[in-house]
Parts: sequence; structure tokens; C-alpha cells
Amino acid sequence: MSSTESATAASAGVATGRVLVQIRDLGKNYRRGSETIHVFENVNLDIHEGEYLALMGPSGSGKSTLLNILAGLDTPDRGQVVVDGQDVTRMNSKQLAAWRSTHIGFIFQFYNLLPVLTAAQNVELPLLLTHLSKKQRHEHVMMALDVVGLTDRSEHFPTQLSGGQQQRVGVARAIVSDPTIILGDEPTGDLDAASGDEILSLLERLNTEFKKTILLVTHDAHAAGRAQAIMRMDKGVLSR
Amino acid sequence: MTKAGLVWANLRRNKKRTILTMLSVMVAFFLFGVLRSVVTTLDAASEVGSEGRLIASSASGITFQLPEAHASRLAAVDGVSSVSWASWFGAYYQDPNDFFAQFAIKADTYFPMYPEVVITAGSMDDFTRERNAAILGVGLMEKYGWQLGQKITLKGTFVPGDWEFNIRAVYDPPDPAFGDELMFFHYEYLYEGTGGRISPGWFVMTLNQPDRAPEVAATIDAMFKSSVAPTKTQTEKAFNAGFVTMWGNIGFLVSAIGTAVFFAILFVAANTMMMAVRERIGEIAVLKTVGFGNGTVFGLVLAESVLITVLGGALGLLLARLAFLGNTPLNMFFPGFGVTGGTIALGMLMAVALGVISGTIPAIQSARLSVAGALRQVG
Repeated sequence: MSSTESATAASAGVATGRVLVQIRDLGKNYRRGSETIHVFENVNLDIHEGEYLALMGPSGSGKSTLLNILAGLDTPDRGQVVVDGQDVTRMNSKQLAAWRSTHIGFIFQFYNLLPVLTAAQNVELPLLLTHLSKKQRHEHVMMALDVVGLTDRSEHFPTQLSGGQQQRVGVARAIVSDPTIILGDEPTGDLDAASGDEILSLLERLNTEFKKTILLVTHDAHAAGRAQAIMRMDKGVLSR
Repeated sequence: MTKAGLVWANLRRNKKRTILTMLSVMVAFFLFGVLRSVVTTLDAASEVGSEGRLIASSASGITFQLPEAHASRLAAVDGVSSVSWASWFGAYYQDPNDFFAQFAIKADTYFPMYPEVVITAGSMDDFTRERNAAILGVGLMEKYGWQLGQKITLKGTFVPGDWEFNIRAVYDPPDPAFGDELMFFHYEYLYEGTGGRISPGWFVMTLNQPDRAPEVAATIDAMFKSSVAPTKTQTEKAFNAGFVTMWGNIGFLVSAIGTAVFFAILFVAANTMMMAVRERIGEIAVLKTVGFGNGTVFGLVLAESVLITVLGGALGLLLARLAFLGNTPLNMFFPGFGVTGGTIALGMLMAVALGVISGTIPAIQSARLSVAGALRQVG
């Protein structure tokens, strides 16, 4: 499975900013026993600053793998990923961890909040790696919770929150360190329609009001439709 | 919140499991504290005694007596400057459990040899004047709440009957290892009380030149070799050490039990940490996603493990210390029995080591965790 077709420069996209993400000739294989599974080959993609893109595709098409590589959570077999001028594919695990803490905001499908921590503490997690003082961290946390409308739930534990509220905490955690790009892996996939809409509205607001660059992986056409542009990945081929 | 707060929060995740693990570590370290104290107490007991004083006891064993006539012959040995003797009494106060060491001593020659016996209440004169007078250690006085001048009655064991004593002096040894729970009384009182059926249990000698102790000891033993009561002469320190070995190789036994307990708890703690990590693979993946590096994750898991073992260990050692603050049978046999600072320090070091060893494998697993793989697994 390979693609020489590129979604270069999200060419027909609406974004006007500088190129924030450059993916070039990216290839990824998995080994399952003696079998090699080609996830994708020669994928090219440019994402501009301030862009809000959706990436759709069936299960196993490689969209989550692409998202993980972009987040520095997985490594490609070939190719290059440059984010904000930094070649992510050349970083070691320590550099990647430090890079992720400042450049990537990740929203998970199943919220993935730590059940032993309150909403505020969950949001604070990425800030524990910074040199911010306790007071500064608190200010950032409350600001992030304010953006997602959950300041009154800051001391609640995840089990005391609805699914939609938990995902909003997840969004607050993703934005609290003011990352370069926000990546969402099916962020509405575990929510009912109303809660899903709330999250999508929140992402739109982050994009329009706060000029955040967002890449959303989703199965849901409705969710994808809320983005500025939709890309599709099928059998390892990325297209717009 | 801090990283330490995160460790603490994780400990509270499964309170029941954390408490049970901590309790098992606590029990193990309680045992360690007690068993180790037996060893240190025995070691301390074997260290009490002077290299400059010789003890001549029966070659047949310290439970056999020696004839009083040996004294004059010992005094004539070249190198010996003074001779005295003592006998084990072995009585108890009111109840057999109220047992402490009592020695019938030849007072006029015995105390000049023992500067360790520093009288702090009453006087040596008061003691000397009275046949049934006794000198007691300050620890013994406190333990039983006795007063100077008080009359006490002890029940004899191998020398049956009720024996009355008047407390005429109290000593407080400058070196705690000497023990402050001993009782001394006149040998003559015992001798008369038994109708002359008692004789010295051992002779104590001071030497002109302490470095000649081996030579003098050999001379003494050779002198009595063909007598009806041959002797075994050694330094007081060696004599005490030999007394302690009557307990058998208790040090080895205790160490073996301690080691077995340590490894058993090591497996318990390691298993707990493995379970704790296994059930939060997704959360570790989240931490890594938000930027926690492998080293930080390793440290968090290891810190959690060490915190469990250190808290459990500290509680166990504290309990052991508290358990032996009061009257215990070992306290009566060996002065200064208790959980020493050295035992606590060693115990805490072992608790840290236990935490590090049991937490290392899960910490490495966490550090090496593939985020993408873990997220696929939990997602």
C-alpha cells in the first residue's frame, strides 16, 4: 500500500498561515510475526498554521498511526516530519518527550484522565514538567478550565463528571501548555451527539478564537464536516 | 500538585492493596527488628568484660563450682595482682518471670576490681556493714520501683528458700554495656544460708601486666590440671562470649530467618508493583503523551515502590522498638536489650533497598512502554 499522491500544502485548504507541519515521504510498516504489514508509504502532507483539518478513513487505514507519528509517539520507518522547523524524526526519546510537552496537545477518544486526580490536577499534568511556579500553574489550569467552561468542576474527580465533561477536561489538558498543534484521536467517538457537538464547538472556538492549529482523526462525517478541510486515508493512501 | 503528589495519589488509588502490602512489609520489618536485636544484644553481651581481668571457671563447665582453696594458689601465680570470686544465685522476685541476674561476690576484693560499679545512692560502707545487704543497678530499681533501704525477698531456685536482702547501695555504670540491672550481695550470706554447701562459681583476677593474660591463663590451667577441680582460664571478655555461645549459633539462625522473610516480602512488594503498573498502562501512556520522559516515569514508579516499603518498614521498626521498651525476658538475661539505632538504620536501608529492588522491574517496564502500543491496547 503506497501513495505517491500527496496532500501537499493542503493545497486547496483555506489556511493562509505559514507551513507549520511538513510530512515528507513518510512510510510505516508493522511486523506481525513473520509478516510485514505496510501501513502507508510515501505520505506527504503540509499543515498550515491556524488550519483545522479532519482526517477520515476506515479502521486500519493508518490514520491513527499517522497521528501518533506526528505527535512523536511512534516512529516512522522512512521519511521526515518537521513541526515548526524541528525534525521530529531525528529526535531521541528524551528529546521527543520534552518536545511533546511544549508542542503537542493530544485529545484521546476515551478521555484518558487519571482517576486519582481531580479535574484541575489532570489539567495540570503537562505543567509539572515546566519551571512554572505553583501559583502560575494554578493560573494556567484555571484559564484552561475556563476556556472549556469547567472552572466550577475543578475539584471534581473524573468519576464525578459526565463523559462530555471529562472530555472537556481532556481538551483543557491538551491546551493548558499552549501547544503548537492540537491532535484529536476520535475525540467525540465515545460521546453522545449533544456532548460530541459541545466538543466540536469547543475545537472550532479554539481554532477561530485562539488560532490553534488542529488535526482531528475521526470516523464521523459530521465531526469531520466541522473542520475547515477533510482529508481521507484509505489503504495507506492520503487524499483530499 | 507536584510529582511527589502524583506518587502519593497513585498510592491512594487502591487503598486496600496499598495498606495490605504496607502491613506485610511492616510485619517483616517488625520481625527483622526483633530478630536483629537478639543478635545485637548477644553481641553486646559478649563484648562486655575486660581484657585485663581473667576468669577461672571449672574446666567441666560454668555450672560447676570450684573449691575456695583455689583462691590462695591463684593469688600466688606470677602476674596475678588480686583475686576475688563470685557465684551465680539465680533467684526471682515474687514471680518466676521477675527474673534478673544476681551475683554473690567476695565484696572486699571484688569491687576494687570493678570500677564500672559506681555507687550513686547509699554507700559501699553501708553495704559492707550488713550481711544481707545488696547493691542494685539503677535500672533494676526503676523497673521494680524499689527504694534505697527497702527490704526485698527473693525466691531461690537451685538454692531454695526465701532470701531477704536490704538495698544498701545503688550503682549506675558509666558504660551502659555493663548493665544497670544486676544485683550484687555478700558471698558469705549465701555460704552461710546454704550451710556451707556453696563454693565459688568462678574466680576473677586482675593482672600486673594485662598483655601477659594468655601466659598467666595457661599457667593457671596447667597448675590445676591434675587437681580435683581443673580450671579453664580466659579473659573476662572471652568468658562472657563463651557464656553467650550457650545459646547456640543463634546469630546464624536469626540471619537465616531474616533473609527468608526479606525475600518473601520482596516478592510480595514486587508483585504488588507489577500489578499496580499493569493496571495503569493507559495512564502511563497518557503521562508520556503529555511529555513525561522515560526517566521521569521510571522515577515515579520507583518512588511509589520505595514509599510503600519505607513507610511499612518504618512502622515495623517502630513497633519493634515499642514492643521492647518494657519488661522482657531477654532484658533480664542481657542488659541493654532493645532495638538499637544501628538496627533501625540498617532496617531503613533495607526498606529502601527492598523498594528499589521490587520496583525496578515494573519501573523499567513503564519506562520502556510504547505509547502507541499502550494506547491501542487500552483504546
